[in-house]
Amino acid sequence: MTRREGSAFSGLGVVFLKEFADQLSGIRMRMLELLIVLTAMATIYAAIQTIKNVVGEDVFLFLRLFTTAKQPLPSFVAFMGFLIPLLAIALGFDAVNGEFQRRTLGRVLSQPIYRDALLFGKYLAGLATLGLVLLSVWLLVTGLGILFTGLVPSGEEVARGLLYLAATLAYGGVWLAVALFFSVVFKNPTTSALAAIGVWLFFTVFWGMIAGMLAPVISPVHYGFPEEILRQAQTELALARISPNTLYAEATLALLQPEVRALGPVLPAQLEGMVLGTPLPLSQSLLLVWPQFAGLIAASVVFFTLAYVVFQRMEIRA
Amino acid sequence: MMAAIETQDLTKRYGRLLAVDRLNLVVERGEVFGILGPNGSGKTTTILMLLGLTDPSAGTVRVLGRDPVREPLSVKRRVGYLPDTVGFYDELSGRENLRYTAALNGQTGRRVEARIEALLEQMGLGEAADRPVRTYSRGMKQRLGLADVLLKEPELVILDEPTLGLDPQAAHEFLLLIRSLKEKGLTVLLSSHLLHQVQAITDRVGLFRKGRMELVGSVPELARQVLGGAFRIRVRAAGPGLEQALGRIPGVLRVTEEAHGYLLETERDLRPEVARAVVEAGGKLFELELEEPSLDEIYRAYFQGVNRDAA
Ligand SMILES: Nc1ncnc2c1ncn2[C@@H]1O[C@H](COP(=O)(O)OP(=O)(O)O)[C@@H](O)[C@H]1O
Ligand SMILES: [Mg+2]
Repeated sequence: MTRREGSAFSGLGVVFLKEFADQLSGIRMRMLELLIVLTAMATIYAAIQTIKNVVGEDVFLFLRLFTTAKQPLPSFVAFMGFLIPLLAIALGFDAVNGEFQRRTLGRVLSQPIYRDALLFGKYLAGLATLGLVLLSVWLLVTGLGILFTGLVPSGEEVARGLLYLAATLAYGGVWLAVALFFSVVFKNPTTSALAAIGVWLFFTVFWGMIAGMLAPVISPVHYGFPEEILRQAQTELALARISPNTLYAEATLALLQPEVRALGPVLPAQLEGMVLGTPLPLSQSLLLVWPQFAGLIAASVVFFTLAYVVFQRMEIRA
Repeated sequence: MMAAIETQDLTKRYGRLLAVDRLNLVVERGEVFGILGPNGSGKTTTILMLLGLTDPSAGTVRVLGRDPVREPLSVKRRVGYLPDTVGFYDELSGRENLRYTAALNGQTGRRVEARIEALLEQMGLGEAADRPVRTYSRGMKQRLGLADVLLKEPELVILDEPTLGLDPQAAHEFLLLIRSLKEKGLTVLLSSHLLHQVQAITDRVGLFRKGRMELVGSVPELARQVLGGAFRIRVRAAGPGLEQALGRIPGVLRVTEEAHGYLLETERDLRPEVARAVVEAGGKLFELELEEPSLDEIYRAYFQGVNRDAA
């Protein structure tokens, strides 16, 4: 193949701006925003009730706002972990097949742009929308926290909060890429939405069980040696980490709970010299979650690339 | 200067199906060329290959001197394309839709706004310009489509089934708009399966069947090839021995008896000679009419012939 003429990204900015504007003005977006804001407020309110009793006992009290659950409500973090994939899927499930259904694809692709620009512009617009929603919710929650507890977050708490946002965005990016991929593969938006939600359900509900069942098969414990048991635990964790949900949960844990010192099984030998219960400095927590971050981004790249390959070969006529 | 479109043995295969079979098409600059054929004869596939929107299986394409496979951007910058079922972003207004197309072509700013306004006016969409496209009729969408195509100031315009789904009046007006492009010096390629509509506005046509372009030329040329005589004269007359008298006129190829007279196929416009022959034979002449051959007829005659030969 000879080199293509011109830039693969000419028109990218134009597509991005249009898609971003569409996302922000769409009804679908309003509904989801409302949903997220309401749940965020509810969980934070519940958390504040719990936290008020322990003021003064905890240096990272402000971060507890995000992670504290009060029956029957789950924590803010748990809620976001649940809603963000749905939001991402909602933003991306009809990205390409929607154009196809509206019969705009041929017209747009006959303008002097490559297909790359259309696909990437849509992805970036989805990501930007997601980022904007996350940032607003986070600001809202932080503001409510300050208002009702009288606490002011420390610099480190703000930094950890923002890193948590970044991790959430990376996680949302994976589901956005999954949704985009299905929007290329399936001509019908309903099918692509169901497919994306199906994958999400699979990882949310079933993958943990499957990992638990597969681990003993791959790394059986014959004699009950500690090494065997450890190997099985490691296998199970490695399997679980195929799921973006696991990666995200680990990243959240280490970022918002500074006392978490390791992710995964820990040997007593490794604990030597550690002062349990003391929080890790931010840089160390970051080091801890770096692989999880990389994993989430890699997953996005994989799904985006798949979408790209299929889209390049796609027949644009109805 | 190079032809606007030039293909050599252009072929597209879908599995075992030959959608386009060794097409050699030349469209000159400034020409209005119609590709005609029944559904599934390969018109849309040909168009998509011209635009680089689908890759040929074999053969070469040149559009405005460039190869759409290797230089898609420069081809698409200079070619406007109206797909067979054109769609817009329903929730945006006509003007906003055009703005997006302009931006994708790297055009922004005041000059473009003025151009959009002028095109909307020209297409009779001035009133509806700021209404969401959702509220447009089929004909309005089609005219918005033409505005969309002209926005980038193309040298070549490709229209796939431009009158599909339009009522006869809207179709007629739309065809006149297309014809007016020729006066502006544009080259137009349009496809259709509605022959009589296309006849009125094209300089030359190519007849497609099963992926092959079997006939190409102006309508009179095709008529000569397919119908034998290029001219048809309808005579309403009565009298003895008229059929023989008419048959003896030099240049008359065939005489067919009809309800109130005869239908002549002739090489030239022989109306004066026919009138004289009727009078000299002692017949009464009521009416004499020169009939343009219709593309429909050519088409039917040709493909009937082909089918009969094949059977
Ligand atoms: N993506 C495709 N896969 C397989 N066959 C196709 C595809 N697109 C078109 N065809 C076939 O190619 C032939 C030509 O189609 P087309 O160019 O759309 O015809 P027309 O525009 O003249 O109606 C038809 O038989 C059609 O079924
Ligand atoms: Mg067609």
